This record gives sequence, structure tokens and C-alpha cells, in this order.
Amino acid sequence: MKQVDMIIIGGGSAGMSAAIAAKEAGIDNILILERKEELGGILQQCIHNGFGLQTFHEELSGPMYAQRFIDQIHAYRIPYRLCSDVVWIDERLRVQYVNAEEGYVWVQAKTILLACGCYERNRGAISIPGKRLPGVYTAGSAQRFLNLENILVGKNIFILGSGDIGLIMARRMTLEGANVLGVAEIMPYSNGLNRNIVQCLKDFAIPLYLSHTIVDIQGDFHVERVVIAQVDEHRNILPKTQKSFAVDTLLLSIGLLPEMSLADHLDMEMDSKSKGAKVNAHYETSIPHIYACGNALHVHDIVDFVSMEAHEAALCAVQDIKGQYHRQKQFSTQAGSGISYVLPHSVDAQPSQNITLCVRSIRPYKQVMINIRTGDRIIKTITKRYLLPSEMERIILKPSDIGILEESLIVEVKES
Amino acid sequence: MKTIAVIGAGIVGSFLAYDLTQYEEVEVILFEKHGDVAQETSKANSAIVHAGYDPVDGTLKAKLNKRGAKMYQNICKQLGCGYQACGGYVLASNEEEVEILQELYARGKKRGITVEIKEREEVVKNEKNLSKHIRKALWVPDTAIITPWEVCEALVEEALWNGLQLHLHEEVLDIKACEKGYVIRSDKGQYSVDMLVNAAGLGAQKIMEMVEAESLFTITPKRGQYYVLAKRSQPYVSHVLYPAPSKAGKGVLAVPTIHGNILLGPTSEVLKKVDNGTTTSGLQEVQEKVEKIIQHVPYQEVIHSYSGCRPTGNNNDFYIEESRRCKGIFHLGCIDSPGLASAPAISEYVIVDLMKLPLTFHKKKHIVHRQKPLIMRNLSETKQQALIQKHPGYGHIVCYCEQISEQEVVDCIHRKCGAHSIAGVKMRVRPGMGKCQGGYCEVEIAKLLARELQIPLHEVQYDEDSYYEVAKEGRR
Repeated sequence: MKQVDMIIIGGGSAGMSAAIAAKEAGIDNILILERKEELGGILQQCIHNGFGLQTFHEELSGPMYAQRFIDQIHAYRIPYRLCSDVVWIDERLRVQYVNAEEGYVWVQAKTILLACGCYERNRGAISIPGKRLPGVYTAGSAQRFLNLENILVGKNIFILGSGDIGLIMARRMTLEGANVLGVAEIMPYSNGLNRNIVQCLKDFAIPLYLSHTIVDIQGDFHVERVVIAQVDEHRNILPKTQKSFAVDTLLLSIGLLPEMSLADHLDMEMDSKSKGAKVNAHYETSIPHIYACGNALHVHDIVDFVSMEAHEAALCAVQDIKGQYHRQKQFSTQAGSGISYVLPHSVDAQPSQNITLCVRSIRPYKQVMINIRTGDRIIKTITKRYLLPSEMERIILKPSDIGILEESLIVEVKES
Repeated sequence: MKTIAVIGAGIVGSFLAYDLTQYEEVEVILFEKHGDVAQETSKANSAIVHAGYDPVDGTLKAKLNKRGAKMYQNICKQLGCGYQACGGYVLASNEEEVEILQELYARGKKRGITVEIKEREEVVKNEKNLSKHIRKALWVPDTAIITPWEVCEALVEEALWNGLQLHLHEEVLDIKACEKGYVIRSDKGQYSVDMLVNAAGLGAQKIMEMVEAESLFTITPKRGQYYVLAKRSQPYVSHVLYPAPSKAGKGVLAVPTIHGNILLGPTSEVLKKVDNGTTTSGLQEVQEKVEKIIQHVPYQEVIHSYSGCRPTGNNNDFYIEESRRCKGIFHLGCIDSPGLASAPAISEYVIVDLMKLPLTFHKKKHIVHRQKPLIMRNLSETKQQALIQKHPGYGHIVCYCEQISEQEVVDCIHRKCGAHSIAGVKMRVRPGMGKCQGGYCEVEIAKLLARELQIPLHEVQYDEDSYYEVAKEGRR
């Protein structure tokens, strides 16, 4: 069986960033396994700009952002396989993939990095009522059809969910001549980045219906009409609030979920909120030597954070490969009041490196503080003018901030 | 030579087409108004072969269910279709229901069906998520699961190899008696036939009314809504779980599928007109009722919901008779549950008992068997490797959730009863049946269809029925 120091599953933004970081840290025996025909992952269909502001301090399109990493992979001669789908991983760090040239191949890894991205929540997952008709697409599928295959899937569009892809597609399809009649969001606030609400909806006068959801999909042979209605705070449908839209297409932008099917059969601890694996501050899952990063770990708002996280995760795996990773007693992190989830899920009792905490709030807040404490000891306090569920907070803790932990680390929102 | 028309390519029509094409002196024409087989009741049901203890004595349902259930295993094996005798438990939570179990037990025994009464403790060993209210169960080991549309497709395909004329997208509009039989007028042409089988399912009443002076039966569409749970390594349930039946029917069940998913449902809603939609209240009802038999339902693993309408009759039994007015016309009406389980026996009953074909006709000496589809995930690693070496397309995975290769998709497009649309591919080889529900793979499948059917991508149809293409027109 072939031996590899680091197998990276997924050649998108996370996988490529991780590979480059590992290579720069002195690891040569790397293998990236990518199931599509090219590196770059979902970036290849994101032809809008706004990528790379943090990393490169310029605004790039998705493919341009990806290309910078692809060029680096080539310059470093990092091995990768395309059209290669990983079908199995196990606790003994064996990986099986398949492609047309090699057939099924087993590889023995020293570390595995799960960088397989995320997938779109779909109609089935939230049981949208109404007829089963053609003309319902996830926003990402419609984006793929339009940007890579040159096909506009419909002319009159309604969008459910105010996730970023939906907002981007509202603008994109409008620019391509489609008529976007509106966006419905079940929450009383938008789930997308503020800049997208402004640039993709407001600039094109596309109405956003907050606290609304789809109650029916009608038509004979394809979608002809969608009906929305207002909901109360418990998501109960309010009577007499129905509005109907004559459309041929319904796009769904109702959330992204980490792609972790490879771990389905493993005894890996999962976070019911982030829907990804639980990791320690070294990005190691509950299964030793298996690491997770990027959208496979938790869904990020912007790609720059994916690249950064993957970079950090890869460096942790490199320490593991080099035998420099000394596992310490762990203390859990906890999402306190107002916080939906905290990553990582545990930290070393006495950390020697900076820790990046990623947190999301459960609802929007104005003028609040985020406290990070252990017991009664406040480690750090951050003041936020706005705190939104759609915008992940990254909080960097220095080892000196933390000192020595004796109990868990709690992150909570304090309203003044 | 006799020409026999079968109307409807659901499970019953498919069995008839399959059985009739085995005769030397018979020409068979199968009419289907949809663009593919198994598009109505046969596509959206509980996918169970009930063992036959449930229908009351003296009914056709009782007779044909028991017989049909016995026939499935062999047919599935021969056709290469999935069949799993996972067994079923009928569950009772109170004294009254225990009495019903006793009744079913006695009925099963009398019919020679293996049945056993089990105590809660025994059942819970095999079904960890059993509701804590369940006290006793009727164990029916011969309860089996199949994939109904797969069976339809296989039957029709094998029939095609043996001379079947399949007329998809063709709706029968009118039937007139002529000197030597009947003339069928469809939206595409006219056909003279000697005999005709009305196996039109939900449409059987309409067909019947074309030839009869008075109504012989009435059909009411009864809708059942279902949830589908994702596959996982430790299945949530592993046997068919039924509540004790009531007057309202079999109730809301929990059913494992051949491919490792779990179905929860159905509801039982009388509709005025066929509707394949789901409703918030309907699915809510499934959630409420299924709690009677199981607990801790992992609703976070719901990947899909669907509904199907069954053609419920007015007499609590199948209506299977030769027309008195028009000899040679056979009406198969009101084929609701256990229609799927009874289908092979219904076909046999029509051909042997009503048409009496074996008395005059001969079985073909040489029957062509279809080549069974290659399903990569069912093969050993050695076989997989050999296959990929020969046809590299079997190594290129295009559906990640269900692990389907490019070549498997291509194969299903070019089969005799092949797929022509995204939904047709989904039904045959499963891309889109997994947790992404097509989000990852729909574009890939559309591209493969375009390539293999040699049409532009924007002309690829979403389903075979709607004439709705991926896009109304190509851009620019």
C-alpha cells in the first residue's frame, strides 16, 4: 500500500491552502484527492468578485482566487489526483479512492485532512410543501448551470432563503435578463452578508420578505406559481398573509452543511449546531490524526477565512507528522448565552500557540460584548457594534491570555 | 395470432406485459400516457410485499396477495431486482390492539403464512427505537421489501426483448367495438386489437367508462405522504413496522428500503383529484402517528418527502373481471394496497383464470432474458477493478452520495427500457436519491444525457412527463 504523510481530501480553497502550508513547512509526501475535473472547488463557479480582500488585499473573482493557489500547487509540484472520489477512510488512516485510470486505490496516511467543503441544504431536508415539479433548484445548481454551462434555468424566479448564494444569484440572474420577483426569509433578519443584501437586492429593487416562507408550489407540468406566507416567532404560518408569485423557477438558498459523509461510519464526535466534526484547537477530530478544516468543519462566510483556517490546520497536522504534537489534557469550550456554536470544541489546558475561536451568535445583537471566560476569570472581552448570525466572529486568544485552564472556556454575549 | 393491448405501465400492467409476451401466439401493445413506466401509484408507495395475512377472507385481495407475495422472490432474482425478506412486526400497544393481532394471527395461520406472536422484550432486541407503549407484536418473517419502479422497468424491458410494443407518451382516448375485436384510438394513432386489459390504475375508471354502459366501480384517489430518512450505517429501523391495523387502513408505518433509507408514512387522504404534492399538515400527521410505533425519530435526517395516490375502490376489494358487455376486455380496477404485493398474481389470474390463455396458446420455447444492469457498489473489489480496466467510466464517480459511476448512468440511458431524462436516470440508477438530492450531480447527469442523446444541454428534460427542459431556450 502506498504511504503518504498527509492526505488532503478535497482540492478546493481549504485543501489547496492546507497543501501549500504543509509543503512550506517541509512536508513533501502529500496527496490531494479531488473528485472534480479541476482544482478550485466551488470557487470555479463563483465568477462574482469580492474574494481575497483579506488574503491578497484586492478584489478577485472566485476562479482568479483559486488560480493563485493552483499556480502555487504547480510551482511546488504538490501531487494531486483529479476525478478521484474518496470512498472510504478509517481510524487506521487508510484511505480508498477511485478514478477511471487507477481504479480503486488504497493509501496509508500518517494524517488525513478533511477539506471536502459543504453542500447545499435542499427542498427535501426542510420538507417544503407543494407539488413535486421541475423548476426547483438549489441556488448553487443554478449558479453552476449559468456560470459554467451557460444555461439560465428560468425566466421568472423566486428565491427562498437569504443565504449569500441566493443573493448573489438574484443579482446574477437579473443581469442575465431574468426577472427575480422576490426573496423570502423565514427568520426576521437576513442570513446573508450585509454587503450582499445591499449590492444584490437593494440595488436591483428586489423585495426581501422577512419572516416569510413558502407554503405551496403549484403548477401542472413545471413550477408555475409559488405561494409564500408570513410566520410568527415560532415559525407558525399566520393566516391571511399569503402572497402568490407567478414564476417558472424556485431557487433555494437555505443553508449549507459540512460534507462529512466519509465520517458517517466512524465514531467521530459531531457538533449538532455546526453540523461538522468536533475538533480541538489543533483542528484534530475526535479520531486521532484526522483533521478537519474549511467548510467541511463549519460553514464560513468568506473564502479568505477558509484558506486561513486550512493553513493553520495543516500546520497542526505537520507537527503531528513530525512527532512534535504533544497531546495535552483538554478543556471544552462552551457556547454560552447568545452564542450558537464555538470552534474549536476543546483547548489545551496550557496552550502554547494562538487559538482562533470562531463563534456565531444565535440572533442579531446591537452594542454588545462578547466575553470569553473560564470560571469567573474573564480572559477577553470584545465590544461589538453589531453581532450577526450571518457573520462569523474570529477571536484570537494568545497563550498569555489563557494561562493555565482549570475548567472549560465559555463564550457568551453580554448585553449592556 | 392475437393482439392484446394493456393500458397502463404501472406494476400490474408491467407484469401483464411481461407474462403475455411469453406466449408464442400473442402480440402485446402496452400503452402508457406518461413518458416512462411506473409514474403514478407504482412510483410512490410503501414498497412492501405484504405477506397476505391482512385482507379479510373471501376477497380477491386475500387470495392474490398471498399468492403474489410468494411469487416475488423468484421473479426479482430472475430479473436482477432487489428483494429483501426483512420481515415485519405488527405492533400493539393496548388490549384492543392485542386482540386485533390475535385475529391476524389466526388468519395468517389459516392461510399458511408464517406468523408468531412476540412479547415486547423480544421485539425491542431487534428494534431499539420501538415506542415504549408497544406491548406485543405479530412477527411476519415473510414480509419483504422491493423497489417497485425497478421491478416495473425490468419487467417491461424483458418484455421488450420478447416482442412487446411499448407506446410511451400515448394516452388512450377511445375504445370502440369492431367485427373482430376492438379499435383503440389514442392521441397518436389507431390500433385494432383482439383483447384489452385495463390496468390504468388511477385512470381505470375512465377507461372502463369508455366501454361500459354503466359504472362498474368508482375510484377515489387516496393520497399517502411520506418522509424519507438518509442512509446510515446503523439503520434506524430494520424491519417493516406496522401499527395494528384499523378500519382506516394499515396506518402510518416505518419501512426500511432496499437501499438503506427509511420511509415513514403514509397518510390516508381522500382527494377529489390526483395530486402528488405534500402538505405541512400531512407531514405533521405522519410525525404524530408514527410515534405510536417508534420513538426518537431522527427528523434531522429527513432528506426527502413525497406522496403518491392509490386508486381506492368502493368495495374494499380489487375489481378484476371480464366485461360482460364487451368480451375480451378485462377491467383491473381499485388496485390499492396490497396491489403491489398482489401484482404478479393479478397478472397470472387474468391470464390463466379469466383469459384462459394456456388452454389455447403455447409458451415461447426461447425466451430472451435481459442483461442485468451492472451495479458497481454491489460488486466485489476484484470485479470492480476488472471492470474499470475494461471500461474506465465505471471508475469515474458522478453521484457522490450514492456512489454512482458515469458508465452506470450511460448504461441506463442506452438500455432497451432506458432513461431519457434526469428523473428517468434517478429512478434507474439513483443519482439524486441521496442527501444532496441532486445538488451535486444534477448538472453532471444533464450533461451525460445531452452527450449520450446527442442533444444540446438546454434540451435535456427534467422528467419524462413534463416536456419541461432544463431551460426554455439556450442563452445567446
